[in-house]
Amino acid sequence: MKLKSNIAISENGFMFDPYTGDSYNLNNTGVEIIKHLKAGKTNEEILAELKQKYDVDDLSLEQNLYDFIAMLSHYDLLENA
Amino acid sequence: MEKLRYERPIINKIKAGVPDKYGMQPKIPVKSEIDGIPVKEIVEKYGSPVFVISEKTLRETFQKANRAFQSRYPKVQFAWSYKTNYLDAVCRLYHDEGSWAEVVSGFEYDKALSNGVPGNKIIFNGPDKTDEDLKKAIENGSFIHVDHFDELYSLIRISQNTTPKAKVAIRVNMDTGIYPKWDRFGFNYENGEAWNAINRIMLAENLELVGLHTHIGTYMMTANAYAVAASKLAELAVRTNKKFNHSIKYIDMGGGFASKNTLKGAYLPGKDTCPSFDDYADAITSALINSEIAPDQLPTLFLETGRALIDDAGYLIGSVLANKRLSNARRAKILDIGVNILFTSFWYEHEVYPAQESSQQTEDTTLYGPLCMNIDVIRESIQFPTLKKGDLVVIPRVGAYNMTQWMQFITYRPNVVLIDQNKKMHLIRKQESLKVFKEQELVPEFLLNEKPLKA
Repeated sequence: MKLKSNIAISENGFMFDPYTGDSYNLNNTGVEIIKHLKAGKTNEEILAELKQKYDVDDLSLEQNLYDFIAMLSHYDLLENA
Repeated sequence: MEKLRYERPIINKIKAGVPDKYGMQPKIPVKSEIDGIPVKEIVEKYGSPVFVISEKTLRETFQKANRAFQSRYPKVQFAWSYKTNYLDAVCRLYHDEGSWAEVVSGFEYDKALSNGVPGNKIIFNGPDKTDEDLKKAIENGSFIHVDHFDELYSLIRISQNTTPKAKVAIRVNMDTGIYPKWDRFGFNYENGEAWNAINRIMLAENLELVGLHTHIGTYMMTANAYAVAASKLAELAVRTNKKFNHSIKYIDMGGGFASKNTLKGAYLPGKDTCPSFDDYADAITSALINSEIAPDQLPTLFLETGRALIDDAGYLIGSVLANKRLSNARRAKILDIGVNILFTSFWYEHEVYPAQESSQQTEDTTLYGPLCMNIDVIRESIQFPTLKKGDLVVIPRVGAYNMTQWMQFITYRPNVVLIDQNKKMHLIRKQESLKVFKEQELVPEFLLNEKPLKA
């Protein structure tokens, strides 16, 4: 899963898509996932990173990550596979 | 290393340039307890969903309303509107505060009697009173509010064979400057029908005209309409006195005071726009005192306020069943609270609060009920935090009409709990069960003998 290049995100969760001119607000967990995606990490790696850092069970985390990625896809922020 | 508190990842698209009253990120308040009892504890004991009635709020609201009128007018009598909430425990609290009973059917009439209300403290309203109902009401000395001429002539006929005299009032409908004009109940003021009805009653030997009643509408956002109505009833009282030398004992202004809920389509919340009890009291009592009724003959003022007295005392607790994403990526939650038990969600934008500390991040969310029906929507659009399955929510201001208009549909109606002034919980209506419904159903014998489907 690869984020489109040139997508800019600030530390406090403001994200800008230069292709469409749309901007987004993200919470901390969202920002973190975007950063991992930018770094080219796989979903499994992202899950492992978040699990280590946050107090959350495996299944909820998995469900939430895939839901979030579906949102990115809906907003057309991902490279077509 | 201690792990950090987790929050589901959120992405919200910024819609620049579109006017949005949620421009500022609102802080969603948490409603974690009701009258000092944790919401979690209530659910652990009585399940979810569950209705909760606060005795403290109920009494305080009643006393506030009573004070608003008593401090402005010498003779005031409230009558509890049974149809608003006729759970026995609720009715008995109002009777304990001094309220009479206002009923609109034989069923409600019998319920009032069973709650220990004497017959001569029951006001019998409504278009549906059977001959049996009327006979019982006459014999008990109840106040019968006549709705139409067929009922008036039934009363004249029935009262010929009963004692004592029937105590009657007429319900008057009128133009008070508000829309819609409620003209389906009672006799019209402007076209002279009400005056005709008064004349017919005054000529009937066994009927005693004791009062004049109106109920101008529901959820009245302007107190001035009541002033107009009170003036018109006062005019009828003066006219009756002039022609028949007969004093009207009471004027009943009905109900219809708005609660603090927000109606669908309203831009500002109800708590900021609805008149207060003082506003209504001021309009009504000023109109009566300034009328041509002689000061020593001022009638008792009856009030049948329901919604505005009980709404704030009722809460509905429920849980999140699921989080969903709709085809347009919009967030949706399924609650175990549906329109079957929250009937008022058809006309109110109910406030919904999380019952536990949650993220301050919110998403534009649709709240659905649990019914497998497309109409089952609690809120079309609400800025709501990221709750997970099993988290609890609290909907305040649900005391009026929900516990009477609720439907047994698809699932059972839930427990209703009263929290008393000593913070003690009491179950006042049990959750229904399959047994309750089976008891009402009969299967014809020929179907009993049918062989069941094979497994």
